[in-house]
Amino acid sequence: MDKVRYLKNVATLSLDAEHCIGCGRCIEVCPHAVLILECGRARIVDQDACMECGACARNCPVSVLSVDSGVGCASGLLSEWLEEKFSLRFRGGC
Amino acid sequence: MPPGIYAVGSPDARASVVVTANYKMTYDLVRSTLRGRNIWILVLETYGINVWCAAGKGSFGTRELIGRIESANLKELVDHQTIILPILGAPGVAAHAVTRKTGFRVRYAAIDIADLPDYLDNGLVTTPEMKKLSFSLRQRLALIPVELVHSLQFSLPASMVTFLVGWWFRGTSFGLAAAAALCGAVLTGTVLLPILLPWLPGASFAFKGMLLGLLGSACWTWAMWPGFSPAAIAAAALALTSISSFYAMNFTGSTPFTSRSGVRKEMNIALPVMLAALLAAALLCGWALFS
Repeated sequence: MDKVRYLKNVATLSLDAEHCIGCGRCIEVCPHAVLILECGRARIVDQDACMECGACARNCPVSVLSVDSGVGCASGLLSEWLEEKFSLRFRGGC
Repeated sequence: MPPGIYAVGSPDARASVVVTANYKMTYDLVRSTLRGRNIWILVLETYGINVWCAAGKGSFGTRELIGRIESANLKELVDHQTIILPILGAPGVAAHAVTRKTGFRVRYAAIDIADLPDYLDNGLVTTPEMKKLSFSLRQRLALIPVELVHSLQFSLPASMVTFLVGWWFRGTSFGLAAAAALCGAVLTGTVLLPILLPWLPGASFAFKGMLLGLLGSACWTWAMWPGFSPAAIAAAALALTSISSFYAMNFTGSTPFTSRSGVRKEMNIALPVMLAALLAAALLCGWALFS
């Protein structure tokens, strides 16, 4: 996994570290080691590895993490877009 | 399989509670992995969908978990307050909300079911290895059949049409060569790309697919040389590369590391390029056939 990196500077993950209570939940749930705990607060150390699954934000008890979460799936996005623009519906997908 | 509480062995009030989805393959794997132990399995209603996808869609979620803890009467069943969840279920479950509502504390154990025994034996400690998401060659190979089946709804009719058009204008061997090229382009995106993924240059899947598509087109041209006019070859290269690139881009949905924003960005660039290439290919093809 360390070998495959996706696009840089796109992930929408953001952290309001000032209000972090340092519970460590986000570090526990992140499958890509995007965050670490440092001096009792979470810190983003690998933003580009974020796949926007939303696990950290969902599990943050004080809501200091935010991310525009969703599945990074081209056919899913395409069918969403087709449905929006032309009200076409397709079966299948992820 | 119906959601609810299940027993492995003969668990008592102190036995651990493992939560999973009612995707049959997952449930069977959890059961067989935990064979020989005494454990409760709480199965959530995810409508037959696996944990990761169900968490993304919300059915493996906070509300379902809270409801299932209550309907299974878990409080009466065990005298501790810990439930063990798969890490990949975390996008759907707000652990603190579950604790607030039910009193049960959520522990995210591991990504791979195979790590569950070690996790249980190590006093519920997740090692860094257990939370590392991998995407090995073996995992990528396992996805190829799915990609292929998905591609059939396009590749079957499209290769038929391609064959018929080629056959109509230039005869059987031309039609076969054109249809074979199209199938080759689909296979490039659905089979070669997953295999070669880590070794292809670039970050964008569409770009990786484009490189493979160009390579495939070159091979096809070399094999067919000099049977086709330059215009026909250019048309084929444009169309084949677009198709390979499209299927490569589609593979983003099967990987565990592509972000939605990233996919959106690469689609915004790649789709107009593909459409323009296909249009140019159609024009060149018409010119090659009618001039």
